[in-house]
Amino acid sequence: MHDFILELKNVSRYFDAVIALKEIDLQVKLGEVHCLLGDNGAGKSTLIKMLAGVHQPSEGLYFYNGSPIKLKSPKDALDLGIATVYQDLALVGLMSVTRNFFMGREITKGWGPFKYFDQVTANEIAIAGLADMGIHVDDPEQAVETMSGGEKQCLAIARAIHFGAKVLILDEPTAALGVKQSANVLKVIAKARLRGLAIIFITHNVHHAYAVADRFTLLNRGKSLGSFTKQSISKEQVLAMMAGGEELKELESELALLIGN
Amino acid sequence: MSTFDVKYISDRAREVSKMKTLLNRPDFGAMSGVVLVFIFFILIAGDSGMFAADGILNWSTVTAQLGVLAIGACLLMIAGEFDLSMGSMIGFAGMVIAIPSLYWGWPVWSSILMAFTIALFIGWFIGYVVVRTGLPSFIVSLAFLFILRGLTIALSILFTNKTIVSGVDTVAENDWLAPLFGGEIGGGLFIWLASIGWIDTYKDGTPLVTGIPMIIVWCLVLGAIASWVLLKTKFGNWIFASGGDCHAAKNIGVPTNKVKIILFMLTAFCATVYASCQVLEFGSAAADRGLLKEFEAIIAVVIGGTLLTGGYGSVLGALFGALIFGVVQMGIFFTNISSDWFRVFLGGMLLLAVLFNNYIRQCVARSQ
Repeated sequence: MHDFILELKNVSRYFDAVIALKEIDLQVKLGEVHCLLGDNGAGKSTLIKMLAGVHQPSEGLYFYNGSPIKLKSPKDALDLGIATVYQDLALVGLMSVTRNFFMGREITKGWGPFKYFDQVTANEIAIAGLADMGIHVDDPEQAVETMSGGEKQCLAIARAIHFGAKVLILDEPTAALGVKQSANVLKVIAKARLRGLAIIFITHNVHHAYAVADRFTLLNRGKSLGSFTKQSISKEQVLAMMAGGEELKELESELALLIGN
Repeated sequence: MSTFDVKYISDRAREVSKMKTLLNRPDFGAMSGVVLVFIFFILIAGDSGMFAADGILNWSTVTAQLGVLAIGACLLMIAGEFDLSMGSMIGFAGMVIAIPSLYWGWPVWSSILMAFTIALFIGWFIGYVVVRTGLPSFIVSLAFLFILRGLTIALSILFTNKTIVSGVDTVAENDWLAPLFGGEIGGGLFIWLASIGWIDTYKDGTPLVTGIPMIIVWCLVLGAIASWVLLKTKFGNWIFASGGDCHAAKNIGVPTNKVKIILFMLTAFCATVYASCQVLEFGSAAADRGLLKEFEAIIAVVIGGTLLTGGYGSVLGALFGALIFGVVQMGIFFTNISSDWFRVFLGGMLLLAVLFNNYIRQCVARSQ
């Protein structure tokens, strides 16, 4: 086993004249939460789409478990156990929890043309999979639409883990959630980490990031401001780097003026 | 005392959840509709012969004809698409069976097989165009509504100089495949039922009803298979997923294009079954057969609780929708009500069904 499950070395990605990412280095370890921080337009999305096989690097190398790889499609990434949970979660609201859990990967019973979807076992697996992540479901045949945003997020994560994810890429999983629901999602991330998965957690909420992360990579305008372990950087430092310390001070004084008047 | 209380509460809880499960069924509205329609006609026309053997056969045949179409339309609508070409396909397939067997001397079985082959190919093509171009299936299949109807008229004039051809029943007499569509089953049963006096007979002793037409058998068999596939199989899950959220389903690895193309082939297949039964039972084909049937099928499906936007619905509901349709359309002749009112009723029913289903859907979303 190599030190890092995923590693990017000097990777750049261009879209015609636009430089989306420039000379990025990234190291992702099993059993660690790696936080990608950055403002809108910093290149977070491009970076995770590259890790997930949607985009290919224009320059630089992508290593999986120490050996260089080229992912042609998201399916290649999935086959290596690199699963991505995008913001739309790939859940169908009107379908049941179980049917969503097994969507596209249904377990069947029976023979030849009489093969059928094994609903009973599927229900048990879905309940167990969610319970592992600390989510309790009364009725696995209830529509996903009836769940809260946080529960849906956890369902999508539990599904990815059940189907063999080793590296879990989470695209702003707490973006649209309230405080309590965010806390549940963060707990699920911590549980996945304990199971030995590598988690790439995209967010622009420093508090969420600092609560679960082992390592941070900060992106700004397509460039990496560097990777830091939690020990080597404080929350305030992260916050300052992310917002650009100077800009934040300017904003504060501007706001003070407005409020003062 | 306290144990009694606990038991009481849990019993009540179970009761509520059972009621909710029933309400949450997509076909609940259609089920209650069926009950209401039957109560109405039993009260109004209970002694008019509507519920005698020949009366029952009369409305169940109409139900089955629409039911066969509704089964295909239902699965396709759950997958998020429409096929407006079904009605035209009925006329087209009927002519493909009739013309070669009457004018070109083909054995009837070969023209039936050709009709199915061509229909499946056209269904595939419509589906292929829909998934490849991403155009709404409403538009693509609307185009084929006109193309197929036009082709049927133009080709029948070209080959036979007529738009109605008859006499298929005589050439189909000893055919091995034709009875599968034009035949009847259960003849012996009806003779026996007549002999013990359970059903009426003509003066010579032959029963009024000689057997169950094959369209009813097709409807029941196709309905059972479609319902099983939808609810119990992997493919059924893919149908729900394709219609519920095509993008999400595709991202997670459901072959949504394949699912949709197969279902467009199914609607073409169902239309051809309808056409075959009609042509072989009555012996004639006409270029204007199946007019407006695509809309009647959609009405039955919507009354049956399937969402127009896809992702939710039931085959059983679609069959109930067809049953309401058949009972009302035929039952109206047994009452004193003028049959001119049938379409008014149909439109009103459709509107009510959509309102009701909309409400139910919101309840599903809100429950828990």
